[in-house]
Amino acid sequence: MSFMNRLRDKSKNMTDTNLLLLITIVVFFAMYIGAILFQGKGFLKPQTFFNILNANASLIILSCGMSLVMITGGIDISVGGVTALVSMCCAVYLDYHNGNVFVAVLIALAIGLAFGLVQGFLVAYLDIQPFIVTLAGMFFARGMTTIVNTNPFNVQNEAFVALKETRVIVPGFGSVNKLGKYVPAYIEIGVVVAILIVIVLFCVLRWTKLGRSFYAVGGNSQSALMLGINVKRTKFLSHLICGLLAGVGGFVYFMHVGSGSASHASGMEMNAIASSIIGGTMLTGGVGNIIGTFFGVLSLSTIQNIVSSAGLDQAWWTGITIAAMLCLFLVIQSIVMARKKRALRKN
Amino acid sequence: MQNEKRFNVKEFFMKLFKRQIFIPIAALLLLALFNLIVDPSFYRITLGYNSAGDPVLSGYLMTILDYGSELAILAIGMTLVTSASGGQDISVGAGIAIAGSVILRVLCGTNSRPETLQAPIIVAFLVSCVVAMLFGAFNGALVAYFKIQPMVATLILFTAGRSIAAWINNNELPIVSDPTFSYFGGFIPGIPIPTPFFIAVVCMIVIALVLKFTNLGLYTQAVGINESSSRLNGLNPAFIKFLSFVILGLCVAVAGLIKVSRLSSINYSVIAKDIEMDAILAVALGGNSLSGGKFNMTASILGAYVIQFLTTTLYKFNVQSDALPAYKAVVVIILVVLSTPVVRDYLSGLGKKLNLKRNVKEVG
Repeated sequence: MSFMNRLRDKSKNMTDTNLLLLITIVVFFAMYIGAILFQGKGFLKPQTFFNILNANASLIILSCGMSLVMITGGIDISVGGVTALVSMCCAVYLDYHNGNVFVAVLIALAIGLAFGLVQGFLVAYLDIQPFIVTLAGMFFARGMTTIVNTNPFNVQNEAFVALKETRVIVPGFGSVNKLGKYVPAYIEIGVVVAILIVIVLFCVLRWTKLGRSFYAVGGNSQSALMLGINVKRTKFLSHLICGLLAGVGGFVYFMHVGSGSASHASGMEMNAIASSIIGGTMLTGGVGNIIGTFFGVLSLSTIQNIVSSAGLDQAWWTGITIAAMLCLFLVIQSIVMARKKRALRKN
Repeated sequence: MQNEKRFNVKEFFMKLFKRQIFIPIAALLLLALFNLIVDPSFYRITLGYNSAGDPVLSGYLMTILDYGSELAILAIGMTLVTSASGGQDISVGAGIAIAGSVILRVLCGTNSRPETLQAPIIVAFLVSCVVAMLFGAFNGALVAYFKIQPMVATLILFTAGRSIAAWINNNELPIVSDPTFSYFGGFIPGIPIPTPFFIAVVCMIVIALVLKFTNLGLYTQAVGINESSSRLNGLNPAFIKFLSFVILGLCVAVAGLIKVSRLSSINYSVIAKDIEMDAILAVALGGNSLSGGKFNMTASILGAYVIQFLTTTLYKFNVQSDALPAYKAVVVIILVVLSTPVVRDYLSGLGKKLNLKRNVKEVG
């Protein structure tokens, strides 16, 4: 009995961030266990999990940027377009101009930074709704991608292909295949980059002054202003970092697919927003956690894997399941908000 | 004497400048002038005969009148949603796909290529109206009762809509062979003006009557300007937001009928692609604040035709259809930047400074 009471006390004192994070992690594990139970042994292999990571490294990076912007109270829907633009520009540079991989990385970062700069300026200093600005940004990026090059093509640049094929072997998770040969488990370079970004961003948001000011601005920009936080600069920085991460994520995406196409990363912004929301980031700002976002991406991609391995390999099922999941989590958030308001009124 | 007259002219222009409808008219004149200088043949309208032997007017202006009409219908609903909720519905393109799919499903039944229609067109249209209004109600409920930002709430249908549309018809592409069905998006025999224009005119008359004889406009604006004070005055803000989304659903159904009728078929991933951008742009170009509050319906409708004017002009210069969004995005950003209070204050300050300088010179 006392245990129940203590549990109730704990759940009452829990912050919104932790509550939403808990829901996300529980949902992810429930889903993965469900997948193992109903979809057979495929999901038991460590490599299946690593493949999910490999395919979604770019989504993790984009979602991190998205969460940051959403914590500050904004939104950025241009990230998918920027990803397509980055991969097309890098592909054209590497293949048609036989360029250097290092310069290609710089191009990717520059494109991301440029989008972040302009959008951040318009949102923070001219006070335009972030949705309108980034919607225009998305259409601009998509249009520019077609202007740069219309036809999809594969990149044959040797240095790049070598980079693309690089595998980081994870010791201890290998498995024995049918021929009795030991196959080591591997991840791609993009995953290493993504995990590094998750860790750095988590630390920044948790323990630095800048990180806390993002939460303050998103929670209540009026009181943040009174606390002496430069609200405009914080908003600007959030969009800048998100743009930069879109550039990085774009290059990681490009490393995974190894081609340029105008239809790349279509709907990616949607997946990034969905992952952030599932990961417990509130649309109203001020609440969110990068670890949650990480689990959000994993949940989303596990669902996609389940849908495709269940034989429902039709594009529309993925769309409908993601939308349904998003809808569910939005409603949960709305309930959490109502609970918070009620608690405030009681006090 | 002369001085006084000049003053009057200036005042007249200042008055015009302050009117909201000035923005779309100025944009329209600018575009018209640009086309007149670059290539006057833009305005040529020829009377020809279509494949069925009926007289039709063709030319760039007719294209604008034709395709601008469906945009104008959407702009009506979008203006109400924008005004009441302070956000926009980005699922209208997906909604058109759903509405169109429903129409074809009812018309064709289970067979995807029927010889005759399985149901009267009016029944199909009414069913699609109901379905589109239900989807509008779904968006509206999320926005009004769950208090989710409109754009994020409509993001759900934006992702799932086209999938649902494909699912309604089992991913088949039904084709309607009955010629009467193509009248709605084409021409009625004997009338050389495209039918969508007449449909748009009917919608405009209906909305004008509604705004004139009911309190819809007043209530919508009141909710958009200040939600809590409108509640204190006895309105139900949640219901009015909900209602605006349902009305948008109706507009989507009408636009869906026109879109499907043009092809007599449907392409789920391409139909009405990026039309949400154009509809939002029409509202913005009409000088309406995108964060809610006061609106001007005439300006929005005019804005829709101006957008189509821009699109047609870009097409004329052989801009690829995939590259179009890039140019439009630039236009949106310029428009939105010009309409922000910061820039407006700066510009008016600049104007005052110039006036002051001139006055000082005259005195000196």
